[in-house]
Amino acid sequence: MIDRRSTLKSMVLGAVSALAMAAAGMPSAEAQNKELKIGFVGVTSGPAAAWGTSNVRSMQTRAAWINETGGVKIGDATYNVNIVTFDDQKDPKRAIAGMEKMAQEGIHYVVGPNVDDGAAAVRPVAEANGIIYFPYAFPKALYQKPASNAVLGMIANYQSGPAIYKYLKENKGVKTIAFVAANESDPLSQRDGGVEAAKALGLKIVAQNDTYQNDTRDFTPVLTPIVALKPDLLVLSGVAPANAPLLIRAARELGFEGLISTETAQDAKVLEEGAGEYANGFISVGGASTPEIASDAMKEFVARYTKMFGEYNDESNTKVYALEYIIDTLKANPAAIDNVDEFKKTMDTFSAPNPYLKGDAKLSYVGTTSFGQKRQLAVPMVVNEYKDGAFQTLFVGTVD
Amino acid sequence: MEQVIANGFYLGAQYALIALGLTLIFALMNVLNFAHGQMYVLGGFITYTVYGQLGLPFVLALLASGVTLAVIGALMEKFLFRTVIKRSLREESTMLLAAATAFFFDAVILLIFGEKQRGVPKIVKGVFNDGGIIMPYDRMLVGVLALVFIAAFVLYMQYSRVGRAMRALAQDRVAAQLMGVKVDRYTMIGFAMGAMLAGIVGGLLVTITGVNSGIGGPISIKAFMMVMIGGAGVVGGAIAGGFILGMMESVGLTVLREYGDVTYLVIFAALMVFLSIRPNGLMGKPWG
Repeated sequence: MIDRRSTLKSMVLGAVSALAMAAAGMPSAEAQNKELKIGFVGVTSGPAAAWGTSNVRSMQTRAAWINETGGVKIGDATYNVNIVTFDDQKDPKRAIAGMEKMAQEGIHYVVGPNVDDGAAAVRPVAEANGIIYFPYAFPKALYQKPASNAVLGMIANYQSGPAIYKYLKENKGVKTIAFVAANESDPLSQRDGGVEAAKALGLKIVAQNDTYQNDTRDFTPVLTPIVALKPDLLVLSGVAPANAPLLIRAARELGFEGLISTETAQDAKVLEEGAGEYANGFISVGGASTPEIASDAMKEFVARYTKMFGEYNDESNTKVYALEYIIDTLKANPAAIDNVDEFKKTMDTFSAPNPYLKGDAKLSYVGTTSFGQKRQLAVPMVVNEYKDGAFQTLFVGTVD
Repeated sequence: MEQVIANGFYLGAQYALIALGLTLIFALMNVLNFAHGQMYVLGGFITYTVYGQLGLPFVLALLASGVTLAVIGALMEKFLFRTVIKRSLREESTMLLAAATAFFFDAVILLIFGEKQRGVPKIVKGVFNDGGIIMPYDRMLVGVLALVFIAAFVLYMQYSRVGRAMRALAQDRVAAQLMGVKVDRYTMIGFAMGAMLAGIVGGLLVTITGVNSGIGGPISIKAFMMVMIGGAGVVGGAIAGGFILGMMESVGLTVLREYGDVTYLVIFAALMVFLSIRPNGLMGKPWG
């Protein structure tokens, strides 16, 4: 029996179906484009979520921006960028599973993992499946021959540390130095690198064995004996953004009057909320968003990121680069779209304008001095000083 | 050394308050609430939002943390744990449920509050420094408030009608029921109080240590350690466990610093030896 209710229902369903079919048949710029899948394997949950989240959100922001403006032209085809993500929970076993997933999806370019053991674990999978990956991890073996598929996505501590210590020795009169690190592989290896760099500069090391559990919430007991040694510089080796304000605050409250620095990227808002004015003078390594050097494109990236996710993360100042490098290298050699050997060939000669810095800065692959081959992104080494809720550029260095 | 002792006492007061809620729930229901740390985190984020973001008074924020977590705790008990306990004879069912709620809270908190570490303005500025001991005034205040909350909790459990009913339930559930204690009602109140304590301590400590979405698990682990040291289900044991752990941490981090991060290695080794000698902890079970 056909009643009024079922007739109305049929009409509405028919109208919706017709609209859907019309929409499907309509040509749109995005529908005509091919799809370029770029992977992300990193940590987006748990205590270290901040590292991977800023990473993946940078990629998603840039991809949405590219897609909104018609896609990216590589060779004769235009592509929409699709970011395929996998949360490895900072677990090497899951990182391997993530990289295998990328291989199954036919992805050749993957950003991540974020930590040393994850980056080392995925190497066999990446090499066996023709994947170039961009870790945020520092072990040199990943980037030195015979390894060739990993490209360091940021400045390593053994590159920024010596530059920072040298600057502070020459400009701030630093003579004694103390190190404190979380008891995990990344911070400990960064501490060891820092100790070597400090020794090479002739600085007196007053503490280098002090460590803490990464989930420590109150650092007063950790810092009490170190502060008593009164070093000129306290280095928070490989410190996670969540711990940096707590360490700074505890040190200052215990009466520490020296300088405090780290070689990892930090977030100004987190420092402001967690340490307030105690964080003034804190030195860290950043990217390109300080007002002195940020281009209009960088400002637009920050605005788009903020609009998309509600709040910007200053760690993204360095993490904006990996996707840009992948796309620009593919544009320079379209044959690399499914052939990583072509990508590797292009890396040796690749050069393109850096859209995120004022002036005529270039994107290029570096790392010859540290790794013997070009397996590092030339991300600007911007050393920042925190002051009243924002970072100021202390100096800008380069890596070759 | 005075500084090390002062640090130990301060940490101990914090830890004891964290462990109280956990031990209360265990005593009443024999449930290991793996989501205790996540409840602490949620309490911290509520205080962060109310006090840090909306600019409302800290006391109101603390109240909001406590009340919200009490409601969540009551709902969890009524609709999740009570159902599972009635339908399953296997004790591990509640453990699995507790673990699931911990993961659920982790995901929800990350989704709502994001991945960043959050902090709020100091509630009291300034640092006490007499040349021997250095202690910020806000830590002193939080330490005192922790002791006040602990004392209030103990007195409430000892002398109030609800407290007596809950103690009776903890000692012998069947006997309490036969004596007319409304088991379901007081179990729900107990779970709500345990959750409320987690929320309050989270709100209290966000002023000192801040909060981030990933710390729930580690907080739970520390709380379990304190409860194991003192004896599961014993209020006095949780307090003792908190102070012992705080003092061991403070002394270990100073005395053993030259040997790297061995403090927790030593604490865990000592805990294993201790539990092999006294498996029920210092004060054991039942509560009374």
